[in-house]
Amino acid sequence: MTARPVLQQADIDRAITRIAHEILESDLGDSALIVLGIPTRGVLLAERIAAVLDRLAPGRASVGALDVTMYRDDLRSNPTRSPSPTRLPAGGIDGATVVLVDDVLYSGRTIRAALDALTAHGRPRAVRLAVLIDRGHRELPIRPDFVGKNLPSSITERVNVRLTETDGDDGVEIDGGES
Amino acid sequence: MKHLLSTRDLDRDTAIGILDVAEDMADVARRAVPKLPTLQGRTVANLFFEDSTRTRLSFEAAAKRLSADVITLSAKGSSVQKGEGLKDTAQTIAAMGIDAVVIRHPASGAARVLADGGWIDAAIINAGDGTHEHPTQGLLDAYTMRKTRHGEASRGKDLDGLRVTIVGDILHSRVARSNLWLLTTLGAEVTLVAPVTLLPTGVATWPATVRHDLDDALGEKPDVVMMLRIQSERMNAAFFPNEREYAREWGLDDARFAALRPDTMVMHPGPMMRGLEISAGAADSARSLVLDQVTNGVSIRMAVLYLVLAGGAA
Repeated sequence: MTARPVLQQADIDRAITRIAHEILESDLGDSALIVLGIPTRGVLLAERIAAVLDRLAPGRASVGALDVTMYRDDLRSNPTRSPSPTRLPAGGIDGATVVLVDDVLYSGRTIRAALDALTAHGRPRAVRLAVLIDRGHRELPIRPDFVGKNLPSSITERVNVRLTETDGDDGVEIDGGES
Repeated sequence: MKHLLSTRDLDRDTAIGILDVAEDMADVARRAVPKLPTLQGRTVANLFFEDSTRTRLSFEAAAKRLSADVITLSAKGSSVQKGEGLKDTAQTIAAMGIDAVVIRHPASGAARVLADGGWIDAAIINAGDGTHEHPTQGLLDAYTMRKTRHGEASRGKDLDGLRVTIVGDILHSRVARSNLWLLTTLGAEVTLVAPVTLLPTGVATWPATVRHDLDDALGEKPDVVMMLRIQSERMNAAFFPNEREYAREWGLDDARFAALRPDTMVMHPGPMMRGLEISAGAADSARSLVLDQVTNGVSIRMAVLYLVLAGGAA
């Protein structure tokens, strides 16, 4: 069992800055722009992306959090999860362009749950997906629009994302699997 | 959490966890679509062997907002009146593939019997058993106090130092018991006020200050005044001379209400007997949290149903 570092702090910073630029490049400017993180680490990444957006285009984007716990399809096969608060901009999400943010994209089931959760809050004009790591192995027809790093992995491996706010430092590593 | 039978066996972290999940459930009620798909395909049976309006409606609303199917049995009009015992009713319900049973029963310990009897494998939620406990009422009262005190910053907090005075028919009150255990676990200080005839034997061993004079107790300016209903249906003897005397000695009348600190929380689990334990003026005032209690009850019951039903066999 070996833990192999994949991204360092500087790489994560660069990835977030690049994602923010790409979000603005694809932004048509004809609707509100809302960056919504999926708890726990997606929320932190969304706040970092929003901070960069605010530097590049002050006031253009707002940021929030979208809890998907109640919409998961694996609640019965796992111990009870505690939900996290959902925070949406005061104006709601109707007609807005929503960029969902998560740390790792894997089966796609979390994003499926997030799309259902969004429907309960309103009808966005468009929904995009930004992830720090895309490790493959999708089980649903879902693809990201903005990717920090594509990381081909084996299903026996684990991808660990650490962020300073929750884990003390920034870094991504992959461990387990056949060496 | 497999069952919810009492608040006495809840530790501080579990209790705060339930209140925090209820915060999220309350947020759901404010959305465009106040419904979650979380308990799709699960069935909740409401077994009410005793009259109830708000608790039964509240559990039903909570289950439906989580997309569970609900079947309701009330003692009137069922085979219970033909003499069917709890065991037979439970086994009948079990044979229908029920995931959770919400039970209200006039016998103390009925919910525990159902949970430990081995007749049924469902999650059991106690919705009031005799004079023993009514845990979701205790939880919704604690939630209401925490929300009133801390507002948006309620998550993760307890009730440290909150001074709560519970007045009235303590002897017959499962609400008082569930509140007492839970509030003291959460750090509140509880005072019980009642005539000697409406206090249980052994009250001296409870973690509460006991008083007999309401004016003395209110003179200490508590943060919360909770009035209890006089449960005439459980009174098989004369516990006080007459209703007028009770109202004069132990009722929250207009004069006593006016003397309270302006930020005192006035609570009542309902149904209220206006003019007896609480005056209409106090019940309808802005300080009265009676309707907040009802609203918060749905959030608490959603949280409890979620916590007993959503997890797998872990």
